Amino acid sequence: MTDVAGTAPDQVAGQKGGRSIGDLIRATEIDLRLFGMVLALALILIGFGIATGGQFLEPVNLLTLSVQGASVAIIATGMVMVIVSRNIDLSVGSLVGVIGMTYAVLMADVFPKTIGVNQPIGWIIALAIGLGLGAFIGGFQGFIIAYIGVPSFVVTLGGLLGFRGVVWVLSGGTTVAPDDSTFVLIGGGPAGSLGGTMSWIVGIVICVAVVFLLWNSRRQKRKFGFPVRPMWAEVLLGTIGCLFVLGAVWVANSYLWPAGLASQFAKARGITEPPGGLQIQAGIPWPLMIVIGVAIAMTFLATRRRFGRNVFAYGGNPDAAELAGINTRWTIMKTFILMGILCAISAAIASARLNGGTLDLGQGYELYVIAAAVIGGTSFAGGIGTIPGAILGALVMQSLAYGLSFMGFNSPIQNIVVSIVLVVAVGLDSYNKRRGS
Amino acid sequence: MTAAEVRTVPEQAPLVEMRGINVAFGGVHAVRDVTIDLHPGEVVGLVGGNGAGKSTLMRVLSGAHRADSGEIFINGDSISISNPRDAKANGIETIYQTLALADNLDAPANLFLGRELTNRWGSLDDDAMEDATRKVMGRLNPNFERFTMPVKSLSGGQRQAVAIARAVHFNARILIMDEPTAALGPAETAQVRNLVRQLKTEGIGIFLISHDIHDVYDLADRVSVMYHGRIVDTVSKQDVTTDEILGMIILGKKPGDVTQTELEALELRG
Ligand SMILES: Nc1ncnc2c1ncn2[C@@H]1O[C@H](COP(=O)(O)OP(=O)(O)OP(=O)(O)O)[C@@H](O)[C@H]1O
Ligand SMILES: [Mg+2]
Repeated sequence: MTDVAGTAPDQVAGQKGGRSIGDLIRATEIDLRLFGMVLALALILIGFGIATGGQFLEPVNLLTLSVQGASVAIIATGMVMVIVSRNIDLSVGSLVGVIGMTYAVLMADVFPKTIGVNQPIGWIIALAIGLGLGAFIGGFQGFIIAYIGVPSFVVTLGGLLGFRGVVWVLSGGTTVAPDDSTFVLIGGGPAGSLGGTMSWIVGIVICVAVVFLLWNSRRQKRKFGFPVRPMWAEVLLGTIGCLFVLGAVWVANSYLWPAGLASQFAKARGITEPPGGLQIQAGIPWPLMIVIGVAIAMTFLATRRRFGRNVFAYGGNPDAAELAGINTRWTIMKTFILMGILCAISAAIASARLNGGTLDLGQGYELYVIAAAVIGGTSFAGGIGTIPGAILGALVMQSLAYGLSFMGFNSPIQNIVVSIVLVVAVGLDSYNKRRGS
Repeated sequence: MTAAEVRTVPEQAPLVEMRGINVAFGGVHAVRDVTIDLHPGEVVGLVGGNGAGKSTLMRVLSGAHRADSGEIFINGDSISISNPRDAKANGIETIYQTLALADNLDAPANLFLGRELTNRWGSLDDDAMEDATRKVMGRLNPNFERFTMPVKSLSGGQRQAVAIARAVHFNARILIMDEPTAALGPAETAQVRNLVRQLKTEGIGIFLISHDIHDVYDLADRVSVMYHGRIVDTVSKQDVTTDEILGMIILGKKPGDVTQTELEALELRG
């Protein structure tokens, strides 16, 4: 970063002679900020691991942690786009509440009277309605913001209050349960996971994809004669990526179904249990698969599609975007539609985990989601932010919260720590930026 | 109403004609009843003091601002330009005085802003955009190498080169250059002058705004002088001297109307 402001002649990063650690990292073209966040996350996990004598790092805890963070992480990816384009969405928590309650009302009240309980099609219809509702509500707020010009802070503050009221009206003021028996698998748990074999297959597919992407990008750059990373850096990146993916699968697969659940399953399937019980590997939980899918799709949207480019251009300089002929209003409205869809996905996980809709589902999400995006490097000045950063931000927060609760600290203490981390992370970032420029 | 000011070329309609344009910002009447035209392969210099209304007039043609009244004709056809997309669709490209770059994006992303190249799946083809950017920038600033850095980290001149590259890359018929060389070094300025001459031979019409009288005198075929929102006069270069143009800019009067005392006051100041 230092050579940006320096007087050195124009030079491509990573082509300098010296070989300090900084240069080596630069040669891999890794985002230093993301690298720092991965380190911070590792330190937090290891720290809690040591403090709990290793217990914290057991597969079951790592899996629970990641599933708990999934809902916030998914919405945080959309919040990146919203904040990058100089807006804010305070309504996400209440939107999750409305959509979660809609799922519950459909599956517990409406379907039993119409199509019947646990029909294979039921959960799909519910999900489709939820996604449509999310897109509609998001689009409605986005329209008021982009075309009528009411500040997003005001519109979504209205949403925060109003939609929570809608939850009460929808539910008649009580918890609504249960959800469809297939739908609840979206929430994870031993049954809501991929299982050992499937998890390995997914892991291997991801590894192949990583290697292909590295190779394809190198081939493209070669074709145009652009500078490429040194070969050792490519191999290193590929190896680290694959080892990480396979390591994660291994952790997920070392969590075995609890004995009671396993023997229930054996009885239901008529399998004779071996001595010591049936050993079933849980594998990757569905919520985690959904986070991975959303992360890939959103990264693709943000960096490889026109829409993402326009969002970032608008955030960097709204006038320039307008003068370049970008339909800025429609672009802004789309960020809110996207946000609504992500809230619907998140609501499915949250409500499936509870097997129903509660009045406070999603309450307080807006703050965690914004914090995750900001810890992940999204700037309120607009134009800057990354999807992987936001997901790491969500993971950092969730690790802290879960670690603290694991050590017996209650949620007020967790909030205090998370808030300190938020301010320190943003403070460090601004300090670095001021020093860098 | 201002037919006398318009150079009449009966055989061929002008490439662009702006007729009776008015723009007011609240109480400030930034452009008053301006009529101006431009022919293919012609450079029209637009000069005037700070706040004379040059940028505002050109922003109307770029679609960045809507005029309160007035008409725009392209090749004799009345057209409506209500946003930058309309202008671009009519082959009008603009280098804005403010450059209008997204600071957080790199040079190729800025060059193709709003007109990104995509591959067959509709995804951004960043490599093709970088390749094209390298080619255009090679004509303007051959030493430029920072293709993958946010333009925020570029020098003023490099940023200006990116803005110029963006306007010339898309085969404009009409090019608006608002202070294109304000931040450029001597070598880069020379390159832009060459570029203007070359675009001229390709039949492109250019509106050139500049405070550098010599720049304008050197490149322009005709010069329009603006003063407090009005066009003082539009003159062919061979009919005037740079001093006479300066006089018009400062006094807001045609050379013939200037009194001896005003001229003396001007010479004392200059
Ligand atoms: N967006 C705006 N809002 C209000 N007033 C404006 C706006 N843009 C321009 N003006 C006013 O209109 C007048 C003409 O401005 P303009 O930018 O067209 O001048 P200019 O001839 O380009 O000057 P310069 O040589 O300094 O660039 C000025 O008095 C300016 O204050
Ligand atoms: Mg101006």
